[in-house]
Amino acid sequence: MKITVDADKCCAAGQCVLIAPEVFDQRDEDGVVVLLDAEPPADQHDAVREAAAICPAAVIEVQA
Amino acid sequence: MTTRPIAVVGASAAGLAAAEALRRFGWTGPLALIGDEPHLPYDRPPLSKQLLHGTWDPERLLLRTQEQLDPLGLDLRLGTRATGLDVAARTLTLDDGERLDCAGVIIATGVAARTLPGADALTGVHTLRTLDDALALRGRLAGGGRRLVVVGNGVLGCEAAAVARELGHEVTLVGQDPVPMAAAVGTAVGELLAEEHRARGVTLRTGVVDGFDTEGTTVSAVRLADGGGGGGVTRLAADTVLLAIGSTPAVGWLGDDPALDTTDGLRCDAYCAAAPGIYAAGDVARWEHPVHGRPLRIEHRMNATEQGMAAARNLLAELAADGADPQERRPFAPVPYFWSDQYDLKIQAYGPTAGADRVETPVLDRAGRRVLALYGREGRAVGVLAAGLPPRRIRALRAVVATPLPWEEARERIDAATATG
Repeated sequence: MKITVDADKCCAAGQCVLIAPEVFDQRDEDGVVVLLDAEPPADQHDAVREAAAICPAAVIEVQA
Repeated sequence: MTTRPIAVVGASAAGLAAAEALRRFGWTGPLALIGDEPHLPYDRPPLSKQLLHGTWDPERLLLRTQEQLDPLGLDLRLGTRATGLDVAARTLTLDDGERLDCAGVIIATGVAARTLPGADALTGVHTLRTLDDALALRGRLAGGGRRLVVVGNGVLGCEAAAVARELGHEVTLVGQDPVPMAAAVGTAVGELLAEEHRARGVTLRTGVVDGFDTEGTTVSAVRLADGGGGGGVTRLAADTVLLAIGSTPAVGWLGDDPALDTTDGLRCDAYCAAAPGIYAAGDVARWEHPVHGRPLRIEHRMNATEQGMAAARNLLAELAADGADPQERRPFAPVPYFWSDQYDLKIQAYGPTAGADRVETPVLDRAGRRVLALYGREGRAVGVLAAGLPPRRIRALRAVVATPLPWEEARERIDAATATG
């Protein structure tokens, strides 16, 4: 799995951090997404896919 | 035997999420995604923000490219409107005359912008719901130096007023309620927003629109009824008007089948089901929230995705008896989230802040444009909102309202969190 984020589109909702805290974080100052692990282990894949689906700004792209 | 299709009516955020989730959860049969707009699914929140401002082009709003949609194997019908639904037979009628006998239907037709009598015929009077709406208004504002009157001071009107002001236009924001966004977030937060709009040069007015003055077929002023029964009016000169006076759930096409309750959206149970095999998601759905114990209809972006996924899961679970992959049927119990961007101010909220019977502001710094508000209903804390505070901090407070706590307990947790900074 390879994750990319388009941080310029991020609306700082933080839903990705709620769903997959080992993969995503937010910047302190403005809440914009920080990608902690662009190629997470398999046990994170379901959570990452859910985060990508739920992100209200469609920021997260996942390639199998 | 030919498998009947599942049809998703509405190809915006909720419909797209439903279609993708149907595939993810194992539906391999035919899947129709029907949208009345000609565009591929796109994102609406930027319409009144980056798109109107001109910083983003329409391509940036696409939720998926055609290449990303291809693997879903959709029967994608854009520019196509559903015109009727036989609930018992699960048969959809489309505006090209075709009838689709469906295994299941997910209705995600959203809402339509409200307008005022006579407005449609006037040059310079706009609504803002679709990409085409937003591009038309953006074009109107591209010439510079407009006198814009925004009618309606809810979230959409406030965001558009902020963008137009940043673009240098003369902006008047008119609301029936003297406080912007009061219905959504209460008066304390609304007054802080009012101060920000005033500081940025927006003129705030309270009143009810009586009609428009015109020069030829172009608007030249908005008439406000003075009230008091005297019949007097105040004229606000305008060459451009945005009507941001709310929206109407797109349920008219469903007719008056007694199997469906279409009062203020399509009424659903806690599983997002409106009738056997018929589900709804997004702005159009009014469903029984199992935690809040009342029907909610939420016109927020994140709910569209979450509810689209929930409706897909629960429809498949219902169809499992017909041979589809079994899914667990779950009540849809989200913690609603919304955000709004106005100037440099980001407003974020968790929980249903509208309909609160109690609002307190543990943090309220008007000069610094910082506020933290807690919303209660029937003795429990149901919502929390922050503006001008770090987003991480508000996310940490989501837990206080995820399962509504007794008011005092929630208040103590908020106070403890704000005391430690």
